[in-house]
Amino acid sequence: MPQTTNGTLYEKLWSTHVVSPLGPDDALLYVDRHLVQEVSSPQAFETLQNRGLPVRRPDLTLAVADHAIPTDSRGGAIADPLAAAQVARLEANTARFGVPYLPLTSARQGIVHVVGPELGFTLPGATLVCGDSHTSTHGAFGALAFGIGASECMLVLATQCLPQRRARTMRVRFVGPPAPGVTAKDLALALIAQIGTSGAAGHAIEYQGEAVRSLSMEGRMTLCNMAIETGARVGLVAPDETTFAYLEGREYAPAGDEWHRALAHWHTLRSDPDARFDREVTVDVAPIRPMITWGTTPEQSVTIEGRVPDPRAETDPEKRERIAHALDYMGLVPGTSLSDIAIDRVFIGSCTNGRIEDLREAARVVAGRRVADGVAAMVVPGSSAVRLAAEAEGLDTVFRKAGFEWRHAGCSMCVAMNNDRLAPGKRCASTSNRNFEGRQGRGGRTHLMSPATAAAAAISGRLAPDSRGCDGVPAQVLP
Amino acid sequence: MTPFTRFSGIAAPFNEDSVDTDVIFPARYLLLLDLAGLGARAFHDRRYTPEGDERGDFVLNRDPWRTATILVAGANFGCGSSREQAVWCLADFGIRCVIAGSFGDIFAANCINNGVLPVALAPEPLARVSAAAAAGEALTIDLEARTIEGPGFATLTLPIADKAREALLAGRDTLGMILETHGEAFARFEAGHRAARPWLTRTTGD
Ligand code: SF4
Repeated sequence: MPQTTNGTLYEKLWSTHVVSPLGPDDALLYVDRHLVQEVSSPQAFETLQNRGLPVRRPDLTLAVADHAIPTDSRGGAIADPLAAAQVARLEANTARFGVPYLPLTSARQGIVHVVGPELGFTLPGATLVCGDSHTSTHGAFGALAFGIGASECMLVLATQCLPQRRARTMRVRFVGPPAPGVTAKDLALALIAQIGTSGAAGHAIEYQGEAVRSLSMEGRMTLCNMAIETGARVGLVAPDETTFAYLEGREYAPAGDEWHRALAHWHTLRSDPDARFDREVTVDVAPIRPMITWGTTPEQSVTIEGRVPDPRAETDPEKRERIAHALDYMGLVPGTSLSDIAIDRVFIGSCTNGRIEDLREAARVVAGRRVADGVAAMVVPGSSAVRLAAEAEGLDTVFRKAGFEWRHAGCSMCVAMNNDRLAPGKRCASTSNRNFEGRQGRGGRTHLMSPATAAAAAISGRLAPDSRGCDGVPAQVLP
Repeated sequence: MTPFTRFSGIAAPFNEDSVDTDVIFPARYLLLLDLAGLGARAFHDRRYTPEGDERGDFVLNRDPWRTATILVAGANFGCGSSREQAVWCLADFGIRCVIAGSFGDIFAANCINNGVLPVALAPEPLARVSAAAAAGEALTIDLEARTIEGPGFATLTLPIADKAREALLAGRDTLGMILETHGEAFARFEAGHRAARPWLTRTTGD
C-alpha cells in the first residue's frame, strides 16, 4: 500500500483506513461508523432494495430522525404529512435492514452530531460519515469524519467503503489566549471571516494552539462543526485527556482492557512535530471579540461592538456588489450599529451550539432577566439527553421564567424543515451555523452568534446590547 | 448512468459567488421523496415570487436560457450542505455541466455520482465563457477531448481529475465496481483492522 506519510494526523487516519488504493491520491476507504438520518437516506435505502443488497454492517450504523421532526411536543403523531412520511420511511428502512434506530421518544434521540459523541459512537481514530455536511463535528475527537451525499450513503450502506480523494492538509493555529466572553463559536466565526467560506476548500483542517487545547469537547465540536463553512470537509482536533475523560464510560465506547488498548492507540493520534501541512494559517486570538454575522454567508461578520459595513467603502466592485446584495436581503442600512438593530426571534440550539455547555452559557446570561417585549425566543436542546441534563440542573426553569420556550430535541429552526420557521422579513439571533438566504425560512434574516450573545440579544431585543449594557447585560457579553 | 461524452447546449450565466445549496434547493423541499420533477424546485426562491409566479429577471426564466443544459456560475458554487437534491434538481432541469470558479467539495462529488460534469475554471477563462453564455451562445463540451468550445474564445482545456473523467466517460456504476473488484481486499482489510483496532470494528452498545 503506497503511503506517503508526512506525519499529519489526517495522514495517519487516512492510511489506517485504505482498503485499496485507487490512484496516487485516491483510495477506497473503510468506514468505521455511519450515522443515518431521515432526510438524506431514503434514496440510498431504495437503491439497496432495488438491487437486492443488504446493509453490509448494520452494527456499525446508527440511525436517528432529527431534521424534519417537530420540537413542540414528542410522542404524538407528526402533523406535517411529508415529515411524518419521511420519519416513517426511516423507521421502516431501519427495521427492514436491521439498522439500529433511536426512536423519537428515546432518551438517546437527538441531532446526529450531538448523539454520536454522546453515546461514544464517535471515537478517536475512526472514520465516520453521515449524509450531512456538519459531520465535520466529529473531528473534534480526532476522527476522520466528513459529510457525504446520498449516493455515497448508498455506497457505504452497501459496502462499508467509500472511494475518496485525499484532501490537502491545512493547519490552523489559534495563537494566544481568548479574551473573556469569547467562545468557540467566536473563534470559528473569526476564522471564517479571516479565510472566507471557500478558504479551506479541498483541505482537511487541523486546529491547534492553546486556545483549542483549553476548549472543552463541546467547544471543540463547535469549532469542527463550522469547518465546513470554510469549505473544508474535515476539521480535526488531536485527542487528548479532555477527549478521553469525555468518552470514558460512554455507552458505545470501549471498556475494560479494550479501553486501555484503545487509549494507547489514541495517544499516537497527533501530528508529528515536524509534520508538513500543505497550508498554514495563524489566527491571532487576543483581538477576537464576540462575533455576529450581518450578511448571508458565515464570513460576513463583525464584532459585537461593530456596525453594518458600507459597500461604498469596498473598492473591489464584485465584493461591493456582494455586500450590497446581502444588505438588501437582510434589510440593513450601511453603518448601522448592531445595537440599533431590533430582532424578532432568538434560536438557541443546533448541532453547533445545542449542547449542555451551550445552554449553561446562555442560561448564565438569561438568569433573573426577561426576554425583551416583542421577541419570541426558544431553546431547542441538541438531544434528549441534553434536555434531560439541563432540566436536572434547572436550566429549563431559568429559560422558561425569562420567557423562552423550552423545546424537544431536533434541528428545528437551524434548517426550518419542521414548523419552526422564520417568517419572511423577520430577523433572528441564532446559534446555528448558516445564515444563507432562506435558511431559517423563506425571506428570513439570520444572524449567527454564540449562545451567550444570542441570550444577550434576547434580553436586549437587539442584535447587540448598547455600550451601557442593557438590563444589566454589559456590551461584552457576560459572564 | 449514461456515459458523458460530447454535447452542445445553451449555457445560463449565473454570475454569483458562493451560491449555496439552500439557494440551489431550499431545505423545505428535501421532504419530497420523489426525485422526478425536482427541476421545478431548482433555485426555487430566486426563480419564483412568494405567490409562485416566475420572476422575469431570473436567468432560467428567460429565453434562450430556459432550455440551458450548462450553468456558468462564480466561485465556490454549491457550498454548504451535502444535499444531493442540489444536483438532482439541476439534472432534472436538464443541466449536464456546471462551469464555475470553484465548487463546494461535497457538491462536486455529488455531481460526478450523478453524471453531471463540474468544471472549475480560472477567473480569466471563466469570464470569457460567462460572456458567451450571457450572449445566449451555445457551448460545446467534449469530455473525451477535454475541451470547451464556444464563439468568442479560443478552445479551452477542460480541467478535470482523471478519476472523475473516467467515471463520467464510462457512465460507471461505482457500487458495481466496488463489489466486483474489491471484495477480497475488503475481507483482508477488515481482518487486519479487527486485529489492530478491535474497538472500531464493532460497537459495544446494544
Ligand atoms: S442542526 Fe442544522 S446544521 Fe446541524 S444537522 Fe441539523 S440541520 Fe444540519
